[in-house]
Amino acid sequence: MIVTLTIQAVLAAITLFFVFNLAALHTWIERKQSALMQDRIGANRAWIVLPWKWAAPINWLLMPFNVLGLFHPIADAIKMFTKEDYIPPKGNKFLHTLAPCLSLFFALVGFAAIPFGNTIEIGGRVINLQVANINVAVLYIFAMASMGVYGVVLAGFSSNNNYAVLGGLRASSQMLSYEIAIGLTIMGVVMIYGSLNLQELVKAQGKYLFGWVPLWGAVVQPIGFLLFLAAGIAETKRIPYDAPEGESEIIGYFVEYSGMKFGMFFFTDYLETIMIACLATTLFLGGWQVPYLHETGFQFPWGATVLIAPLVVSILQMFSFITKVLFFCWLFMAIRWTLPRFRYDQLLKLGWYYMFPIALANVFVTAILLLWITK
Amino acid sequence: MIHTKIVDRPKLNLWEKLYFPEVFRGVLLTSKHFFKNLTLHMFHAIGLFRKVAAMVTIQYPEKLWKLPSRSRTRHRLTKREDGSPRCVACMMCETVCPARCIYIVAEEHPDPNIEKRPKSFDIDLGKCVYCGFCVEACPEDAIRMDTQILDIAAYSREGMKLDMNELLNPTKGIQKGVAS
Repeated sequence: MIVTLTIQAVLAAITLFFVFNLAALHTWIERKQSALMQDRIGANRAWIVLPWKWAAPINWLLMPFNVLGLFHPIADAIKMFTKEDYIPPKGNKFLHTLAPCLSLFFALVGFAAIPFGNTIEIGGRVINLQVANINVAVLYIFAMASMGVYGVVLAGFSSNNNYAVLGGLRASSQMLSYEIAIGLTIMGVVMIYGSLNLQELVKAQGKYLFGWVPLWGAVVQPIGFLLFLAAGIAETKRIPYDAPEGESEIIGYFVEYSGMKFGMFFFTDYLETIMIACLATTLFLGGWQVPYLHETGFQFPWGATVLIAPLVVSILQMFSFITKVLFFCWLFMAIRWTLPRFRYDQLLKLGWYYMFPIALANVFVTAILLLWITK
Repeated sequence: MIHTKIVDRPKLNLWEKLYFPEVFRGVLLTSKHFFKNLTLHMFHAIGLFRKVAAMVTIQYPEKLWKLPSRSRTRHRLTKREDGSPRCVACMMCETVCPARCIYIVAEEHPDPNIEKRPKSFDIDLGKCVYCGFCVEACPEDAIRMDTQILDIAAYSREGMKLDMNELLNPTKGIQKGVAS
């Protein structure tokens, strides 16, 4: 019992460590990637240089971090924590404090169901590389993601600010319209692999079409994949779907927030981006699957086999998962810095008039094809 | 008669209305820049292709933009050959100044050929709008705006005031330790 608990705690710690660090690094990725995309150089002024003579080797080691601006997230954190934490005098103090916590909490708990590797055996004990092996993981994650909107709505409601309320309302209606589209796009995948358990879903994606095409979600559900990406970005409330935040018209639901409470909302945005990246990887790009990598090693479709130790296989699989997640993070960042934002009515129109019917049609077509094939 | 030119919104064809291909095209364009600059930055780090710029940014305090020689920057007072200011305290600049940032106190010049000289000549940079009228108004070419000093910053309003000594011998920055 205690051993199981320890293993779960270690898995949770690993997941949390990875997620938190990636989210903090997202501030850096955002600055640097946008800079490179726009022929700029990006933030590179937060330097740590020790003044003593004996610290020269340490300074030499710190130099690449200095030049790349990797200390900016730390500078941001220091700034956020030392800023004045202002609660509007006519706002609701309790809800105002609760809202960012709710937002962050529901963004974080979803990661528990994401499998980041196959089951491994250590000392005769089978460990699932996943914090919680939930049977209805897909439903759980979407339940948590949609609970996240409570934080946003409460933030708007408790701030006693019209713009904040407007931001909160926009966020809730946006979430409602895209939650439906996103749920329907996932139905296609769930129908094909026949499971709501994410680990099972990933395992089912290890098969091959015609013997050589990996049977990933993106291969069997290309339209679902595109719709998921589009609706997923809407879930993160980032440009081009940033109507709830809309810096140029309403500041958004966090207009009355300062200091680390604002930081938590900011962090939630990044966490949701990572969440959507993880989900897109798990559902559509085969999760931790490496093409042609089986439990004993590579088995290529042309007959060649390379035997690899089981531990190396697990490490390769985890590496594959992280690479795919990072790719999606990169893609979302590229989209965020490429596109202008939607107007609010365009956003809802896109959700209800186009994404929802297409997702519905996708489910119908998938169902008919499945019936036809399995018959 | 007023000519109105009506610019119609460009009609989108089906391919563009599908939105995804156009998004893909946009991301392709920006990521082309991204990967080009990323490769160039990496090459620069190991000392290759330094001539090909990866960014348009000028790293400001280390590298300075070369200003055109006519640009109006911080003021200075020109000197006679003996080092005294050319200014004859005629008050033309003080009069013409739209921001009223020049304060001159005149006194008699020991040389009988010159009528007056400034006892003190202060410019409040916190008020100055850099219009250059003082330079145009000066009959003696005693005030110029060609020091090329742009990094004007101070911790207080008092710190933004320049006295005659500072104007005659312009140094970089007005307060020590504020702007290099």
